[in-house]
Amino acid sequence: MQVNDSKNFEPVIAAFCCNWCSYAGADLSGTNRLSYPTNVKIIRVPCSCRVNPMFILRAFQRGADGVIICGCHPGDCHYTSGNYFTRRRITLLYSMLDFLGIERNRTRLEWVSAAEGAKFASVMEQFTEDVRKLGPNRRLEDLRCRKK
Amino acid sequence: MNRIGVFVCHCGTNIASTVDVKAVAEALSHERGVVISQDYQYMCSESGQNLVKNAIKEHNLTGVVICSCSPRMHENTFRKACSEAGLNPYLVEIANIREQCSWIHKDITTATEKAVILGRTAIAKVTLNTPLTSMESPVVKRALVIGGGIAGIQSALDIAEAGFEVDIVEKEPTIGGKMAQIDKTFPTLDCAACILTPKMVEASQNENINIYSFSEVSDVKGFVGNFTVKIKRKARYVDETKCTGCGLCTEKCPMKKVPNEFNAGLDNRTAIYIPFAQAVPKIATIDPNYCMMLKNGKCGVCSKVCTAGAVDYKQKDEFIEKKYGAIVVATGYNPISPEKFDEYAYSQCPDVVTSLELERLMNAAGPNGGTLLRPSDKKHPEKIVFIQCVGSRCDDDRGKPYCSKICCMYTAKHAMLIREKYPDTEVYVFYIDVRTPGKNFDEFYRRAVEQYNVHYIKGMVGKVTPKANGKIEVQGSDMLADEQLRIDADLVVLAMAIEPDKSARPLATMLTTQMDTNDFFTEAHPKLRPVESATAGIFLSGVCQGPKDIPETVAQASAAAAKAIGLLCKNSITCNPCVAHSDELMCNGCSACEKVCPYGAITYENKEFRMPDRTVAVRRVASVNPAVCQGCGACTVACPSGAMDLNGFSNSQIMAEVDAICK
Amino acid sequence: MNSKNENLKEQVLRASGVNVLKCMRCGKCSGTCPAYGEMEYHPHQFVYMIEKGDIEKLMNSPSIYRCLTCFACVDRCPRGVEPAKAVEAVRLMAVRKQDGNRLKPEQIPDMLDEDMPQQAIVTALRKYRK
Repeated sequence: MQVNDSKNFEPVIAAFCCNWCSYAGADLSGTNRLSYPTNVKIIRVPCSCRVNPMFILRAFQRGADGVIICGCHPGDCHYTSGNYFTRRRITLLYSMLDFLGIERNRTRLEWVSAAEGAKFASVMEQFTEDVRKLGPNRRLEDLRCRKK
Repeated sequence: MNRIGVFVCHCGTNIASTVDVKAVAEALSHERGVVISQDYQYMCSESGQNLVKNAIKEHNLTGVVICSCSPRMHENTFRKACSEAGLNPYLVEIANIREQCSWIHKDITTATEKAVILGRTAIAKVTLNTPLTSMESPVVKRALVIGGGIAGIQSALDIAEAGFEVDIVEKEPTIGGKMAQIDKTFPTLDCAACILTPKMVEASQNENINIYSFSEVSDVKGFVGNFTVKIKRKARYVDETKCTGCGLCTEKCPMKKVPNEFNAGLDNRTAIYIPFAQAVPKIATIDPNYCMMLKNGKCGVCSKVCTAGAVDYKQKDEFIEKKYGAIVVATGYNPISPEKFDEYAYSQCPDVVTSLELERLMNAAGPNGGTLLRPSDKKHPEKIVFIQCVGSRCDDDRGKPYCSKICCMYTAKHAMLIREKYPDTEVYVFYIDVRTPGKNFDEFYRRAVEQYNVHYIKGMVGKVTPKANGKIEVQGSDMLADEQLRIDADLVVLAMAIEPDKSARPLATMLTTQMDTNDFFTEAHPKLRPVESATAGIFLSGVCQGPKDIPETVAQASAAAAKAIGLLCKNSITCNPCVAHSDELMCNGCSACEKVCPYGAITYENKEFRMPDRTVAVRRVASVNPAVCQGCGACTVACPSGAMDLNGFSNSQIMAEVDAICK
Repeated sequence: MNSKNENLKEQVLRASGVNVLKCMRCGKCSGTCPAYGEMEYHPHQFVYMIEKGDIEKLMNSPSIYRCLTCFACVDRCPRGVEPAKAVEAVRLMAVRKQDGNRLKPEQIPDMLDEDMPQQAIVTALRKYRK
């Protein structure tokens, strides 16, 4: 499915969005017809703090080229403090990914509120471009999981 | 064996124009476990829902995937339809192919591809869904109102009127709040005491209302419908049940030099005191910071003169615990201190007063018995300068960035009252803008200018200098005349910004509600849910949510009461079943989850387990209170042993979604 | 508004670091200014005219030399606009613009007046010596 030619390379991107802010922000960008690449597929989670770093590693193992986590802005979390946990966990994950030799730009944490449909679209656009430049994720991909 | 039904919606042309719905239905029909895959014009319509219901019955489905609009839109619609057809509502998953696919993509091929992947993801998830049942949690039919100002009193009266018990917790010895200190109210110039004190009496006499005066909330546990609140009853050293409020002790107390808070510190009271004549409850309180008996054990006059034997120097703070179904927060405000603004010479000159002090100076029950006299030499002031926006709309850390909203109107009121009572007095008002959006407000302000000849000067005062001859030189700019003015005034009045009461922030932490940077409580939605906090069961009333005048406060108080009554009317509330649960066999008792839980839903208990070698071991394991848990999932990630999982968003479900996307 | 004024405005804003848009036109700067009576344009007008781009008018006005740089306006502005810094920046622009027409040392004695503080004379000599 993945094409080696970097120009035609279409990255697979998983986006974790919290139900209260970022998922609503994604819906808003749809309502406003603000386009972003089809590569991005959204997984709904109740709060960004539900995102176990394990899920991110799993995504890379299964052949994702980039993973983005979106949550409410600091201080706006529906569950008061969830996004603070996320921020710390992702910071720790970064150092682990550095250690594994995974480019930092493949993982990203963004705060998108329910009112920021335009921001959601531009973040996704930008992130897809960044990942496209990095090329396919080879280092962590488990080839046994690859489907023909 | 899973038997999954897939239903793809056209949404008219909203989806069908950019996604080949027939191809999506066809592609998804080959997925594992899918027994039926259909498309339809409007899935959310009556006939669309019937399609789903019939399929559930006909094919005996164990899971339903709807490829349609956002779950935020119609998840509940389809859950309801499925439960009507006998399928557990939590076995439904929505693939969002409208907002997150057809509306944002233009190319049919790629959009269809994405829609298929989104459908597959939902199928992967629904395969692992488990039936969930919502818990019902009972509602305690009693409300707590925190704060006994006009907002708290109004909320309490309205809730009591509806037939529910209400407790008011007030930190001062009497209810009444700021409004009790105010002389007259704008724009009608009603006497504040005349309209407030009957309400205070009504609150004290209503059998559904229970007033805890001189008390504070010290701890809040629980959740909507079932809060457990610990109330600290501060020692007032007077037995509330015995004191008759005769006031003899306050006359005889030898300690007469205590600044009187009720008169804004302009005169003195005794160490044992009743704040004002119409106080509710009318019970004396001893101020332990000044009482000589409590400080050095010498005096005891009040206990000797008290015929009821109510004085009790050994009284201690008491704690009571009560259960409530709803909480109304009405903690109110205070004017900020003018001491940081030394250009206005407040701390140097007693004749520079704040507006609240002016209220007391003009009040018939105030230190001068209603005659407006200068605090320094008790002479009648002939020139009075009002300075607006002191600390309001201020960008630095001395003041507040917001408009305090009430100052323009009360200054117009003060100016008018002074000109009415003392026509020989000249009144100047330095203003930046006059903001009078309210019913009859602008007319009121114009009356001050046109009828009462109050001099409004567009500009700001830069410096106030007290002079040796007792005058106060006010130097300010008149921007319209483009000149700098110097006025020799007798009295300067500062319209101080208002800020939320200091007790609000610790209270917000206890209630787990949100606050903005100015310590105002944040409402659940600025437009559509203005009196609810984001935490269920907590309602906001009065200035604790933002600056307000009295009519607005009363309106909001009644609105908050209506919301609280709506909650208390229910016998039970349905809880979200998507909550965390712990696998006791895997839990190692590390407490990591307990620490991250923002709701205190996780507790640890010792449980007996039968071990493989037939012995019985006692282990410390986590248990989640499903009624308190809100389902954020912070604990699931914190758990090192993987014992904690979240219903509806389990580890395996999210992993399956990840896998489906990455394939 | 012509482009030159925009350019001047840009320079003043950059040199002073003042955000004139924060001004809420309360006039407290002018209310507090001890040199108000001496000035043609007053502190609040400075802020407003810079916002409008009327820099040249300000540069040609004696007002810029009347400001005592006492910073009372900076201290008391509720919005943190710092008018004195804006005046200083306009003054700097005027000084820079003078290029070749700097004062010659021999001109100075004629211009001295009794009220001029000594420090100002020393500063002026330092500034125009080369």
